[in-house]
Amino acid sequence: MNPETRTYPGARRPDRNYRHHADGVEIAVYEWGAEADPVLFLVHGGSDFAGTFDVFAPLLAAGGWRVVAWDHRGHGDSAHSALYGWDADIRDALSVMSSVTRVAAPVVAHSKGGALMMQLADACPYRISAMVNIDGMPSKRRMPDVPDHDQSRLLADSIGSWLDFRHVAHDSFRKPGTLEELAQRRGKMNPRLSIEWLEYLVTVGAQQDADGWRWKLDPTMRFGGFGPWRPEWASLRMAALTVPFLGLLGTIDEPMGWGARARDVLPWIPSSGRLEVLEDIGHFIHIEEPVRVSTMILEFLS
Amino acid sequence: MSPVMLQHNQISLALHQVREGTGRALLMLHGLGDSAEQMSKIEVKWNGPVWALDFTGHGQSTVPRGGGYSSEILMADADIALRHLGEATVLGRGLGAYIAFLLSGARPALVRGAILLDGPGLAGGSIHATSNTEINDIGERAGTAPDPWALIELSRDARPPTYTTTFARLAANGSGIDEPIAVACKVTPPWVEAIAAEPGVITDISMQDALDVYAAL
Repeated sequence: MNPETRTYPGARRPDRNYRHHADGVEIAVYEWGAEADPVLFLVHGGSDFAGTFDVFAPLLAAGGWRVVAWDHRGHGDSAHSALYGWDADIRDALSVMSSVTRVAAPVVAHSKGGALMMQLADACPYRISAMVNIDGMPSKRRMPDVPDHDQSRLLADSIGSWLDFRHVAHDSFRKPGTLEELAQRRGKMNPRLSIEWLEYLVTVGAQQDADGWRWKLDPTMRFGGFGPWRPEWASLRMAALTVPFLGLLGTIDEPMGWGARARDVLPWIPSSGRLEVLEDIGHFIHIEEPVRVSTMILEFLS
Repeated sequence: MSPVMLQHNQISLALHQVREGTGRALLMLHGLGDSAEQMSKIEVKWNGPVWALDFTGHGQSTVPRGGGYSSEILMADADIALRHLGEATVLGRGLGAYIAFLLSGARPALVRGAILLDGPGLAGGSIHATSNTEINDIGERAGTAPDPWALIELSRDARPPTYTTTFARLAANGSGIDEPIAVACKVTPPWVEAIAAEPGVITDISMQDALDVYAAL
């Protein structure tokens, strides 16, 4: 079957793509720009995939960079793994980065990718020469209007629901749909992005089976929930960064956003960095305003 | 005897019956890098059947590629064993003690007492933002049990007291048992110290005394 295709103004598939084995987990890697140009790593967020950079990455490549991105394990065309975890994502990243270059390179990372890369920069400062974090800066937001006993009940429900899902995870699958239906489903998470863009994303981030299109994201992955991780740890790591740092923050909340505000983030911006707030933009800053954001980043990296 | 193999996503978990018995089951959870075989050597007086689980990446359970371990995933391993056994008292050593404790909060109606023993992996990692060294290659040990990624990731798994005390409260509030958790370990890392101060947690008790308390429920 020949998959349906869509085009989108300015979108360009990678110039090169290949598979990388990160300790037994096959990672799909993509590159835009000349191989001889200096390397710049581009890191996507949770439940996303490298194809979401199809407009943004070519703009950075046009600025003289060899832009390298990859699908995180369980995302896009990378392998579905038995286990997922923060450290594992960082290790996969380090494995891909080490296979491309052994010298420090700049990183541009969105959302969860930004938090992952801040931890990598803290652990391996010799790997990263500059960092741009696009709305991946955490805040210590709580639920001030929910009493303690109700929060405990919510946690109990959350844990029970997660454990119940683990019993049936091996039978889980993604619901098929038409190209238009998948775009509409994603539109609930990306309400500010155009339907034309979302339909294009389906054609580069979903697979077309006999019974319809399916997103490639591993259906056993669930986001949110509970765990010991504390957002202030990421803030502390951000404050400790020594590389040049640019933080970009939108002002409009979205389902996939982190809800961070400038007042939450500013106290933790490293002394080597600065924060830029873009008014009237949501969580996907680089997709809403690719030209403006890529120009800011290219200036910062120059 | 061949273990019962239980499915947890892509992992086959080996649940070993240590001995038969009548009444409520005792589920034994091993320490980090250990196995059900080692755990089953602990001498316990218990009338019910005794079972021991190999966690993911340990013993006869599947060793996945590329790591990604967390205590919560191992709690799900234990929960799958618990569903197979029904109500059980859970005895854990080291990392297994932490998992037994988490499970007591997550499934308070099914865990009839969690007993915490000393052993490898009891402490966990730092409870602060640390700069953990990142490595991405374990060479020829990849795919062998105990999984080196399990040893690395679970030895630095964070257990902040604010998180663990929540599980202690879930166990105390949901189990209907006066004291659903028994701290029978001598080593008291911060998470154990924190829960020891919570209502519903017995301290200064031996393993066998704790087993007797829960056998009488």
